[in-house]
Amino acid sequence: MPVFRFTRTRIEPQALRAQLADPACGGYAAFEGWVRDSHQGVRVRHLQYEAFEALAVREGERILAEASARFGVAHAACVHRIGDLAIGELAVWVGVSAPHRHEAFLACRYIIDEVKQRVPIWKKEHYVSGDSGWVNCERCAAPAAHAAGAHAPEPQG
Amino acid sequence: MDTAIASGSTPPLYGLVLAGGRSTRMRRDKAALAYQGRTQLERAMALLTAHVARVFVSVRSDQGSDPVRARFAQIADTHENLGPIAGLLAAQARHPEAAWLVLACDLPLLDEATLAHLLRARAPARAATAYRSSHDGLPEPLCAIYEPRSRELLAAYVAAGKQCPRKFLLGADTLLLDEPNPRALDNVNTPEEYGSAMAALTEQGSADTRHITVQYYALLREQAGRREEALVTAARTPRELYAELAARYPFSLAPELLRVAINAEFGEWSTPLADGDAVVFIPPVAGG
Repeated sequence: MPVFRFTRTRIEPQALRAQLADPACGGYAAFEGWVRDSHQGVRVRHLQYEAFEALAVREGERILAEASARFGVAHAACVHRIGDLAIGELAVWVGVSAPHRHEAFLACRYIIDEVKQRVPIWKKEHYVSGDSGWVNCERCAAPAAHAAGAHAPEPQG
Repeated sequence: MDTAIASGSTPPLYGLVLAGGRSTRMRRDKAALAYQGRTQLERAMALLTAHVARVFVSVRSDQGSDPVRARFAQIADTHENLGPIAGLLAAQARHPEAAWLVLACDLPLLDEATLAHLLRARAPARAATAYRSSHDGLPEPLCAIYEPRSRELLAAYVAAGKQCPRKFLLGADTLLLDEPNPRALDNVNTPEEYGSAMAALTEQGSADTRHITVQYYALLREQAGRREEALVTAARTPRELYAELAARYPFSLAPELLRVAINAEFGEWSTPLADGDAVVFIPPVAGG
């Protein structure tokens, strides 16, 4: 049974890992996402995560089910933290157990990549400068839009 | 104004709501009649505001401080006993460079579609653009666009002692359109007509609006200044709803950057909204 959930308190990987134990599994892979102290060269003081939980849990469980079906893993789980996080804290944990290591690695990679792209979770960075911004919505969205515009064919003079 | 016409550019469009009538048959001020919680003057001004550069209310010279009219930019009549034409004459004298979208203040059933059709069909090279009445086939002069070039024609018409705006349009170079909604220009002159218009609006209201809950997250939550709201909206799709909300809040994200969820499941921008739906506009995500 794939499990995707949110927590407002510290993620404890040891306890989560124990839930994936299975005598039929010879491989376990996990990914931990940590809060880094900078983003694109700007010093970050702390992060704030927010989620549209009702839809996020549904979409997260779809991703875990896809990973299980695609790579034949036995167990897959993901826990995402929301609220305020300090530098170094664990923001997201993904764990997979499978008969062999190869599919465990692939499934783990697939899950974290899809979660970042599809699940309605937002991250606000609070910078050391006192400024703040929603990632992909403010600092990142504007340059990306310009970049997309720049791909349009230039009128030839 | 002649420069604008000579260069072929379209003159700016201003709006004028005629609220200088005497409401004799109604025996109450028609501009102050309430429909669904707003006075007819407020409703007409709101309808126009979405489509024109500036909006004015046309008043008699003794109505300037009337509380229903005082909150709007006004143009006072300069001619007495000329009927609705007086309002248009004064407006054209104030801004001869503009075209005027003139609305009577007794059209509670006038809808967005009727106004939008008139604007799309506008013919700036003609003297006016107006609807042909669904009742008698004659021009409807009080939901019509008068181009700057109608000004001299109108002045000559009045100088000849005439004051019927319908006949003016019949004699001028007017583009006449069929009404998309045959009841939209039904005017309200008597207490009985007021009652029937309110009944029609109530019926329309239950059919054409829906109760929607909107939840806001992340940047949109901050820009809306709230987490959630319940609204009654005429928006039929998430696309129309976002446009409505973007007019109210300083949203910086274009709809192309967002996704939509309806009842906690991903939806499409064109999915029809149903009464009771919960909608979330999803800003670019950044989990992990």
